[in-house]
Amino acid sequence: MPESASENTAAASAATSSAASSATSAAASSATPAAASSATPAASSATPVPDTAFGGAVSRGGASGATIRLENLTKRYPGNPMPAVDNVSMEIKAGEIVIFVGPSGCGKSTTLKMINRLIEPTSGRIRINDEDVTDMDPVKLRRKIGYAIQASGLFPHMTVAENIALVPKMAGWPRTRVRDRVEEMLDLVGLDPREFHGRYPRQLSGGQQQRVGVARALAADPPVLLMDEPFGAVDPITRDHLQDELIRLQHELRKTIVFVTHDFDEAIKLGDRIAVLRERSHIAQFDTPEAILTNPTDDFVSGFVGAGAALKRLNLTRVRDVAIAEFPTVGVDDPLQSVFDRLRQGPHNELLMLDRRGRPYKWLRRGDLARAKGSLARAGQLVQDTVTRDATLRDALEAVLTDSGGRAAVTGRRGEYIGVVDMETLMNSVHELLEADRLAAIEHQHQLEELHHDRTERELEGFGG
Amino acid sequence: MSFWEYLTTRRQQLLTDAFQHASAVFQCMVVATALGVLIAVLSYRSTWAGNLAITSTATFLTVPSLALIGLLIPVVGLGVAPTVIALTLYGLLPIVRNAIVGLRGVDPSLVDAAKGIGMSHTARLLRVELPLAWPPILTGIRVSTQMLMGIAAIAAYASGPGLGNEIFRGIASLGSANAVNQVLAGTLGIVVLALLFDAAYVLLGRLTIPRGIRA
Repeated sequence: MPESASENTAAASAATSSAASSATSAAASSATPAAASSATPAASSATPVPDTAFGGAVSRGGASGATIRLENLTKRYPGNPMPAVDNVSMEIKAGEIVIFVGPSGCGKSTTLKMINRLIEPTSGRIRINDEDVTDMDPVKLRRKIGYAIQASGLFPHMTVAENIALVPKMAGWPRTRVRDRVEEMLDLVGLDPREFHGRYPRQLSGGQQQRVGVARALAADPPVLLMDEPFGAVDPITRDHLQDELIRLQHELRKTIVFVTHDFDEAIKLGDRIAVLRERSHIAQFDTPEAILTNPTDDFVSGFVGAGAALKRLNLTRVRDVAIAEFPTVGVDDPLQSVFDRLRQGPHNELLMLDRRGRPYKWLRRGDLARAKGSLARAGQLVQDTVTRDATLRDALEAVLTDSGGRAAVTGRRGEYIGVVDMETLMNSVHELLEADRLAAIEHQHQLEELHHDRTERELEGFGG
Repeated sequence: MSFWEYLTTRRQQLLTDAFQHASAVFQCMVVATALGVLIAVLSYRSTWAGNLAITSTATFLTVPSLALIGLLIPVVGLGVAPTVIALTLYGLLPIVRNAIVGLRGVDPSLVDAAKGIGMSHTARLLRVELPLAWPPILTGIRVSTQMLMGIAAIAAYASGPGLGNEIFRGIASLGSANAVNQVLAGTLGIVVLALLFDAAYVLLGRLTIPRGIRA
């Protein structure tokens, strides 16, 4: 946990420096529009549109994400005095997942659709990698922004492969490259290309359709991916799998993802940062999940976080981040006598028996051995539930609570034994976590006050001079 | 002369009439389909334009076919011209209506997805909306064809081509030896043609409706 905290501060400082540099580059580019004003209105943005997505930063970085800046974005519908989205400004850093979460009808989806201009903003600017895309040809813009929606949005009259190939084909990729890309994308989202290539969407389950939807959105390797409640229509178990997949994908790809949901738990699980939106898309709080859980700014946010913030906090930490206890182990092939000796001499009255590949196999107690009568074949209790190092503390707690002995074995990537978590280790880590969060929140509060103080001081000086 | 003898002796004449009948219907259907889909594509997005298209084509259908052809003769003369105009106008309604209903029935989330992945207006129409609306459009074409088969018989009134000539000749000479045979041959010929066309449409549907949306 201390590790990730330091990472956060590092990222924050990097962001401020990049913001400063982007401000200067924006100022530099604003000198050119006079020269371009004779161009057609469709191409009236000052910077010429390069073939690579959104300027130089991406072409250097290959597939990685782009920064998105929304400046005073507003959407009004005719006949409605209140704007649907009112003056939203935010900066989304390259390579992060930002979640828009809020009650139904708060304008979160509208805000998302303004980024790829499916809904044209009434006023305000959208910048992607410092390129103003507010007046760019929307068709060109959208080919550089992946788009995945609820219920997958796959075209039912096209096969899986045809669906995925759409965007690369429109971008004019050569045929062989498109074909390779389709295979690659199917592989990426965990579907066997040979099996799923020629299938039609209706021949797939909801979860599989959603995977293909994500594959299609990513096919042309866009730096930005917009997801509009993509997992809203699948069952909870599949949703959980898809969320895990998305985390894995993002780990590999580092896109900039903007994700809309009304499910706060989903937001906590997926988001690097979460924007809690209230009506007309006003940002109630835009911060890391940890900060929102431990330090909600007002009643609206805490109401949205809901009960059990401490329990939800468990979702944010993985087993790998907490101390794992050692546990005495024996191999399944160890001679019986040595197993007896270990149990009798050691401080524990229980052993974990591993199978030939080092995977947890059985819990052995002293009493079991007395009844074993020379063979361990029937003694002990089979290991029911194990957790991986990537499991959340919540999953670990679940496993510990259901286990009759109050402990769960932790396994590595191939299922091999690593250690054990029990109630005590979990309790200790949770206390540490909450304490650290509280300190961070206090510090954050302090910084805000300082900033506020600075600002008032500057204003006073301004009045003086 | 029995009906069978009539058929064998007049085989040549009947086959020519049948061929001309089918050919007239087919050509008018091609024009009506192109025109109907075009009208639908131009009007389906707007509520009033779409409804106007459906209502005005429906109005044509309420005009009795004999009257319409009668009205056309002073304007365009006898023969092929009034036949083609009348058949095309009558053929429009089911196609326009089904195409508009089909295009409007495309799942809005799919249109949204098509826009969202960067399809242009034309690409969206040609690659997503029309293929998805194709099954209802094809149904419209089928209904239209069945209707035109019957209406084409009236074209003989304006000296048009087709099996209608047999029927009119029979009616004109009622009481003569072959009158009933002539009417019967013309009518049965139209029924057989209609069935053949319908079979062709079933085959066309098999070939052109993508497997992913076939019922």
